Amino acid sequence: MPNSAPQRPGPSETSRQYWRSLSEQAGNEELQRYLARAESAVGAEFSESNRRDFLRLLGASLALAGVQGCLRQPEEKIVPYVQQPEEIVPGKPLYFATAMTLGGFATGLLVESHMGRPTKIEGNPRHPSVPAVPWKGNPHEAPGVSDAFAQAAILTMYDPDRSQTFTRAGEISTWDAFVSALRPVLEAQRDRQGRGIRLLTETITSPTLADQIRRFLATYPEAQWVQYEPVNDDNALAGAQMAFGRYVAPRYDVDRADVILALDADFLIEGPDHLRQAHAFAARRDVRDPAQSPISMSRLYAVESTPTLTGGKADHRLALSSAEIETFLLALASRLEIDVAGSEENLPKRTRQWLDAVADDLRNYRPRGESGSALVLAGRWLSPRAHAVVHAINEKLGAVGQTVTYAEPALAEPTLQYRAFAELVEDMRAGRVETLCILGGNPVYASPGNLDFAAALAKVPFRVRLGLYDDETSARCDWHLPQAHFLESWDDARAYDGTASIVQPLIAPLYQGRTPTEIMAALLGEPGKTAHEIVKQYWQQQIGDGGDFEATWETSLHDGVVAETQAPTVSVTVDTSNLNGSPSDAAAVASSPNSGTEHLDLVFRPDPTIWDGRFANNGWLQELPKPFTKLTWDNAALMSPGLASSLRLNDGDLVQIEYDGRSVTAPVWRLPGQSERTVTLPLGYGRRRAGQVGRGLGFDAYALQTITSPWHGQGATLRRLGQSVDLACTQHHHWMDGRDLVRSGTLAEVQQDPQHPAFMHSEHAGDLPSLYPEFEYDGHKWAMSIDLNRCTGCNACVAACQSENNIPVVGKEQVAMGREMHWIRVDAYYEGDVHQPRVVHQPLPCMHCEKAPCEVVCPVAATVHDEEGLNEMVYNRCVGTRYCSNNCPYKVRRFNYLQYSELDEPTLKMMQNPDVTVRNRGVMEKCTYCVQRIAAARIDADNSGHPIEDGQIVTACQAACPSQAIVFGDLNDAESRVHSLAESPLNYALLGELNTRPRTTYLAGVRNPNPALEQFEADSQS
Amino acid sequence: MAQSGKNLKHGSTRQQPLVGDYTFGSVTDKISAIVLRGRTPRNWYFGFAVAFLLVMVLLWSVGYLFLRGVGIWGINMPVAWGFAIVNFVWWIGIGHAGTLISAILLLLRQQWRTSINRFAEAMTLFAVACAGLFPLLHLGRPEYFYYLVPYPATTGMWPQFRSPLMWDFFAVATYATVSLFFWYVGLIPDLATLRDRAKRRFSRIAYGFLAMGWRGSARHWQRYQRAYLLLAGLATPLVVSVHTIVSLDFAVSIIPGWHTTVFPPYFVAGAIYSGFAMVLTIAIPLRAVYGLQDLVTARHLDNMAKVMLASGLVVAYGYLIEAFIAWYSGNLFERYMMLNRAFGEYGWCYWLLIASNIVVPQLLWFRSVRHSVPLLFVIALVINVGMWLERFIIVVVSLSRDFLPSSWGLYVPTFWDWATFIGTIGLFAALLFVFIRLLPMISIFEMRELLEESKGEHS
Repeated sequence: MPNSAPQRPGPSETSRQYWRSLSEQAGNEELQRYLARAESAVGAEFSESNRRDFLRLLGASLALAGVQGCLRQPEEKIVPYVQQPEEIVPGKPLYFATAMTLGGFATGLLVESHMGRPTKIEGNPRHPSVPAVPWKGNPHEAPGVSDAFAQAAILTMYDPDRSQTFTRAGEISTWDAFVSALRPVLEAQRDRQGRGIRLLTETITSPTLADQIRRFLATYPEAQWVQYEPVNDDNALAGAQMAFGRYVAPRYDVDRADVILALDADFLIEGPDHLRQAHAFAARRDVRDPAQSPISMSRLYAVESTPTLTGGKADHRLALSSAEIETFLLALASRLEIDVAGSEENLPKRTRQWLDAVADDLRNYRPRGESGSALVLAGRWLSPRAHAVVHAINEKLGAVGQTVTYAEPALAEPTLQYRAFAELVEDMRAGRVETLCILGGNPVYASPGNLDFAAALAKVPFRVRLGLYDDETSARCDWHLPQAHFLESWDDARAYDGTASIVQPLIAPLYQGRTPTEIMAALLGEPGKTAHEIVKQYWQQQIGDGGDFEATWETSLHDGVVAETQAPTVSVTVDTSNLNGSPSDAAAVASSPNSGTEHLDLVFRPDPTIWDGRFANNGWLQELPKPFTKLTWDNAALMSPGLASSLRLNDGDLVQIEYDGRSVTAPVWRLPGQSERTVTLPLGYGRRRAGQVGRGLGFDAYALQTITSPWHGQGATLRRLGQSVDLACTQHHHWMDGRDLVRSGTLAEVQQDPQHPAFMHSEHAGDLPSLYPEFEYDGHKWAMSIDLNRCTGCNACVAACQSENNIPVVGKEQVAMGREMHWIRVDAYYEGDVHQPRVVHQPLPCMHCEKAPCEVVCPVAATVHDEEGLNEMVYNRCVGTRYCSNNCPYKVRRFNYLQYSELDEPTLKMMQNPDVTVRNRGVMEKCTYCVQRIAAARIDADNSGHPIEDGQIVTACQAACPSQAIVFGDLNDAESRVHSLAESPLNYALLGELNTRPRTTYLAGVRNPNPALEQFEADSQS
Repeated sequence: MAQSGKNLKHGSTRQQPLVGDYTFGSVTDKISAIVLRGRTPRNWYFGFAVAFLLVMVLLWSVGYLFLRGVGIWGINMPVAWGFAIVNFVWWIGIGHAGTLISAILLLLRQQWRTSINRFAEAMTLFAVACAGLFPLLHLGRPEYFYYLVPYPATTGMWPQFRSPLMWDFFAVATYATVSLFFWYVGLIPDLATLRDRAKRRFSRIAYGFLAMGWRGSARHWQRYQRAYLLLAGLATPLVVSVHTIVSLDFAVSIIPGWHTTVFPPYFVAGAIYSGFAMVLTIAIPLRAVYGLQDLVTARHLDNMAKVMLASGLVVAYGYLIEAFIAWYSGNLFERYMMLNRAFGEYGWCYWLLIASNIVVPQLLWFRSVRHSVPLLFVIALVINVGMWLERFIIVVVSLSRDFLPSSWGLYVPTFWDWATFIGTIGLFAALLFVFIRLLPMISIFEMRELLEESKGEHS
C-alpha cells in the first residue's frame, strides 16, 4: 500500500562531523556550486535538519553527502538501502493521497512521487470534491480531475523564494529561540486569562487545528480567535442566517436541475465544490449521452456584472451592475410570489422582458417531465439579503430536496469574518492586543485598504507570523516563522461537505517549515510535538483507541478521506418575514445605479489565476492566460468597450481610479460582456513583497476595497493619465471573421436531426487526395477528442500540461513578444453582439495531423510520424529552423527562443518530471499526447501481456479537465470512447479543408436557448 | 538588345560600350593602374573604414546571437521567420545579376556586358556570402547545421529530402560554388596581366600564384574559352534554379501568402530586378570615383535600366496575379491575406512596396530618365528598398495572420535584427572595397577583345 510517505526526521542532536576526501568530488560542478551556496550564512541555515533528504533528492552521490559532512548532518540513513523498500521501484512513480485547501476547504489530491520527489498533482477521485470519472482502467490508478491552483501547487512547494528560516526582526533565528521568546509572553498572559492574545487565521476547517485552538481558548478564556480570509463567504453565511435563522451550508446538484439561474455565481470555476459542479453541469448538457432520451439538456441563465466562465457557458447571459442584479433578483422573487419589498422601476424594459422569460422558464421548463427542477444560485458577492431571497426562491420552486439540500457547515467555526476582523483591528488600534499570532494569510496586503491593518499592527507589542513567504505581513512582525507547504505537512482539512482528509506530506520540508498545528502546540506549551504526532493523536482520540485505529488511519491515508465524517444534512425552512432585511440593505438596493455620468461602479474580484494574491509568486499561474482577457503577469481595470471608447481609453492606458477617498493607478483593458458602467478590479496584484516572481506586478486593488462593501462600490471616478503600459496578452484577436473554427448550434437543431444537425457543415467531410502515400496502422492509432460543449475554459488543462511536461515559464517580456511555451492553449472567441457577445472556448493542443504540414518541411527529419500516428518531435535532431511552426496552420508549436528551462536552481530541478526531456535553447517543442504516459502503458502491457485498455492512458490535460471535455484513446479500438466520439455527428476537424486530417477533433458546442428570448435578443440587436 | 550592332553602325559614340580612343595598352593601363599604380583614393579609406566598422557590428551581433540565441531577434510565434530570412532572400536575389550578366548575356553575345560583368560577378559572390550567413545564423542550434548535409552518419539519419529547406541548401551551395569558379576563371588572364605589370615582388608572387601559370598562349586561350563557355552553360540554369528553389521555401508551404504557384517565375524576375538595381547602385559611384565613364558608358546604364524595367514589369504582374487569385479563388483565407497585406498593421509596407517597385520604375520608360545618372541611382536605391520590402511582406506579413485568429501576432524587429542586417551590408561593402583595391574591377582582356571587335566593325 503506497502510503508510507516520508516522515520528517526529527531534529538530530547526535550528529558528528565527518570529513572525507574532497578530491573524490573535485571537478563536480554541481557540487562546487552547491558548496558555494552552502558556505554562505544563508546556505548553512537553510538545510539544518533535512539536508540529507534534500541532497538525496538532488540526485547527488553518497560522496557528495560526505563532502557535505563539514556541516551538521543527521547521521541516520546515510547508508544505501540494506533492504529495498517494498513499494519503491526506481523509475516507477508512487501516488499518495493528500489534500489542498483554498478558502479553508479541502480538495483531495493524488500526488505522483518519483523516488521521494513529488512531481505531479492529480485529483483524488475518492474525495467528495472530486467527481467520480468512469474509467475502465484500474480504479486505484485512475487520476481524478483538478484545477489550475492544485496543479500549480507543486511549483509553490519547490519555490526557492519561499521563506527558509525563522527570523526575528529580520535577523535569522531558530525555532528554539522562538519558543523561549514565546514562553515569557504566555506567562504574562496566563494571569490575565489571555486577555491580550489574538489568534488570526484563515478560514479553518481542520479539526485538529480547531481542537488545538479551542484547547488554547480554554486555557486562556479571554483570548480571541479571529478568522479572516480575503475571499470569504460572509454574505452567504449571513444570508443563511437571515433566511433560516442559523448557519447552514447549501449543497447543489446541478445535474438534476433543468433550468439554472446563476446570479453573479461562477459555480463552475470557483467554490469548494466547483470541480463536482463543473462535471455535473457538463453531464447534464451532454446531448450525446444515450441515457438522455429523448435528447435534452439543462438551460443556464447567467446575470452578472463582469464576465465569468460560467456566464460564458450560459444559454442566455445578461450583464447588469451589482445593484441592478439585486433589483433583478427582488423582481424575480415578486414574480414568483414571494413577498419582498423591492421596486423594479430601475430596470430597463428590456431587462424586464428578459426577467419575464426567465421567471416563466424557472417554473415551467421541465424537458424531462415533472421529475425535474430548477435552481437559482447566488454568488458570494451578492448581499446577505440576496442570498436569503435566493433560498426563498429555491424553496418556492421546489428545488429543496431536488437540486439543493442543506447541511451543517463544514467550517470549524462559522463566523462573519469581516465583522470579527474589523473588531480585531479596532482592538489593535486601541492597544488592547498585546500578542498577535497570525497563522497563514497575509492580512497586511490582503485586507480592505480603508482598514489600514498595517498601521494597527504596529501598535501590537508582540507579533508572530507563520507564513509560506517572508511577505508584507512578515515584514511587519517581530517573528516570522516559515510555514511548511501542504505537500510537506501533516495536517487535516474538511471538504465542502464536511468529509475530513488527512493531509500527508510527500517530502520532508525543504526548508525549516512548520505547520500551524506545530505553532499551536508551542502555544499550548508542547513545543516539541511534531505535526505528525499532533494530527495522529487527534484522530486517535476521535476514532478511539481500539485495536483497529492503525488500520483505520492507514486506510484514511490511503484513500485520502476519513470515512463517515460527512456533515449531517439539516432540514430548514425559510422564514420569509426576515427577507426584507435591515433598512440599510433596502436603501442600498434602491439607490440608483446610474448616479451621474461621472460615477462608475467598481467590482472587486479575486484574480482568476493568482486568486487573492497568495499565488503571486507562482510563475505557472502568473503566466496562465486569464480567461477572456488572456492577460498574463498583470491585472487591469476591466471595462466594457463602450465605456472605454466614451472615455477615449485603449488597452493598456493608465487611469487613476478614485473611490472612497483613496486612489490607485491602473491600466485599462477592454472586456466585452462587462456591465456597461462597471469597472472590475481583480485583486491579488500589486504585491510589494512576494518574491522574485510576483513582486511589483500589476496594481493593488485592495487599496480601494472597503470593509463595509468589499465586493462592489459605487461612485468611483476615473481619470485618464495620458500614459500607457504594455500588458502581456496571449491572444489579441477574438473574432472568427467568418471562419469555421468553433462550431456550435442549438439543441433544437440536434433534436430535429440528431444524425446531421444543420450547423454541422459537411462539404469537406472525407479525405481529400494527397500526393503522399497513406500510413498504415496495424497497432494503435492514437487520437483525441475535445468536446467544446463540455469545455468551460477553466485552464486546468494548461496548468496540468505545464506540470507534466516540464514546460518552462518565460516571463512577461517574452509573453509580450509572443513566445509563451504552453503546449495546449485555450482560445476564446466571441460571437454575436459586439458589446455583449457570446464567448466560446477552444482548447488547442497539437492536432497530430495525419498529413502533417510540419513533417514534410523539416529539413532534418526532427519531426516525424510514428507507427501509431503520433506526430513526434525529436529534440536531439532539431536544429531549429522553425519552418515546422511556420507551416503549422494551428500554430501549436513552441520554440525555445532563449534558454527558458531552469537549469541552475536546485529545487526547481527536483520538480521536473523525470519521464520528460527538459528542452534547451534552440529546440522546437509541442504537445506529444503525453507520449511518456503512452510509453509507460506500453511497457506495462509488454510486461503483463495484457493489451493496453481503453482509458488506461490518460493524458495530463484529460486527467485534469473538471468537465471531462478531453478524451484520449485508440481509434483502431472500435470499443474505445474516442472512437465513438469520432463517429459522433457533432465531430469535426478544425481547418479540415486544409487536408491536414487532424487526429485531435472537436465536438461542436450545443446551446439550449429559450426560443422566446432568442427572438427577443435578435430583435434588440438589430 | 540585338540592336547593339546597329547602334555602333550609326556611329553614335554615346551608344558604344567603350568610349574614347583606347589602345590595347591604354585600356590595360587604365584598369590595372587602379590596382597597381594609382594612389588609393582617400574616399576608399573612408568607405572601407565605414564598411569595416559595420563588419564589426556584424561580428558583435553574431557573437551576441551565439551567446543568447535567436531570441534576441523579434521573431516569435506565429512569426518564426523574420529579418534573417528576409535578408537571405534579398541578398540571394541581389546575387542574381552577376551570373545573369556573365553567363546568359555571354551566351547571348551581348558585348556590352563586358565592362560590368567582373564587378557584377564579384557582387554576386559577396551577396551570396552575405545571404549564406543567414540560414546558418537563424538556426536555433547553429552548431548542428551539418545535419542538413547528407553524410553517412552512424545514426543512419539522412536529411529529410521532402523539405524545401533541404533543396535550398543544395541550390545555394551549388550556386555559390559555380559563381566562385566562374568569377575566378574569368579572372585568370587578368591576374596574369597584373603579375606581369606588378612592380613589387610580393604583388608579383601573389598575382603569379593566383594566375596559375597563365602565359597567354594560343592553346591557353583556346582551352580557356571552352572552359568559360562551359561554365557559362552551367551557370545559366542556376540563375533560374536558385531563386525558384528559394521561392519553393514559401510556395510548398500551406500558409496563405506563401502557397502560391506564381512564386517561381515571380521570384526569379524579382531577383533579376533587384540584382540589376544593385549593380547600378554600385556601378554609378564606382565609375564616378575611378573615372571609368569611358568603360562603363551611358549605354550600359541605359541597358541595365531597360532590364530593370522589363523585370520590374514581370514583378508587377506577379503582384497583380497574387491579388487576382486571392479574389478569384474564393478562398476566405487567401482573400483575407490580401486584405491584410494592403490594409492590416503592415499595410504601409505594402503601399511603399507598390510605390517603389511598380510606380517609381515606370520613369524608366523615359529615355531622359535612363540617361540621368543621379535619377537612375535614386531609382536603383528605391528598387533595392522595394525588393527588401517585398520579402518582408511575404515572410512576415503572411505569417503574422494565418488561419486561426487566436494565434495572430505582430513581429517587431529588435535592435539586433537591424544590427545583423546592417552588419551584412557592411560585410558586402567591405568585400567590395577589398575587391576594388586588389583585383581589376573590369575585365581587362575582355575589354581588349571588345576594342578589337569594335575596331573591326568600324573599319
